[in-house]
Amino acid sequence: MAEAKVAPRPLSPHLQIYRWSWTMAMSVAHRITGTALYGGIALFAIWLVALASGPNAFETVHWFFGSPLGLLILFVYTWILMHHMLGGVRHLVWDFGYGMEAVQRINMARFTLIGSVALTLAIWVVAFIAF
Amino acid sequence: MADNRADTRVSMRTPLARVKGLGASGHGVEHWWIHRMTAVSNIPLIIAFVIIVAALAGSSYGEAIAIISHPLVAIILLLAVLSVANHMRLGMQIIIEDYVHDKGLKIAALIANNFYAVIIGVACLYAILKVSLGRILL
Repeated sequence: MAEAKVAPRPLSPHLQIYRWSWTMAMSVAHRITGTALYGGIALFAIWLVALASGPNAFETVHWFFGSPLGLLILFVYTWILMHHMLGGVRHLVWDFGYGMEAVQRINMARFTLIGSVALTLAIWVVAFIAF
Repeated sequence: MADNRADTRVSMRTPLARVKGLGASGHGVEHWWIHRMTAVSNIPLIIAFVIIVAALAGSSYGEAIAIISHPLVAIILLLAVLSVANHMRLGMQIIIEDYVHDKGLKIAALIANNFYAVIIGVACLYAILKVSLGRILL
């Protein structure tokens, strides 16, 4: 029997072939932020377990989150959280069949980025004033 | 999606499979549906979570204990942990299935994903309950 030949079929082009668009960038960002939140929730778990362990463990963890590095992590984490939340809302809108037109898609993607930055700044300003 | 079959009455699917509606994977849209349901529940819970964490900033040990042991705070945090742990487990499973093609590695990653989500969930739930149970604010 003759050797089965593999036909030289065209391969689907991968990411690098496309010009970056807003929707593509925000789609990638949604997965990256989701992955970051996945790892970052461990910080909250560590804080909670330290709280449940007693004052000594709590002081150490609390000191870290109050340090410049800790605050930077919390600030970036806030933005990642807001970005993923707004990105998720965008997906829920699509799930209901709305916002599929080209202009709507791009505007929603832009809003995800602008809205997440605005929300993050608002949260930190309010948090500093109120608490 | 257009149905291009010449005769829609002809189907390879058994009547039982059609009634169950679970498709080729055998578990239907459950993964997708719970992912969306927890996405919706995450929204109010995460907004409350952000407010609670902001209130915790700069608090002493005693103040932090008092905040976490408030029933409303504890209940919101318990719900948030359940919703988020489920959502992130389902989300990471999608990412693993999309990008990890080696079968052994994929199975290992899926198992690790489940373990991680359960460990995070149990650690948070245990800590919240330990801090708040039996502590009545006077």
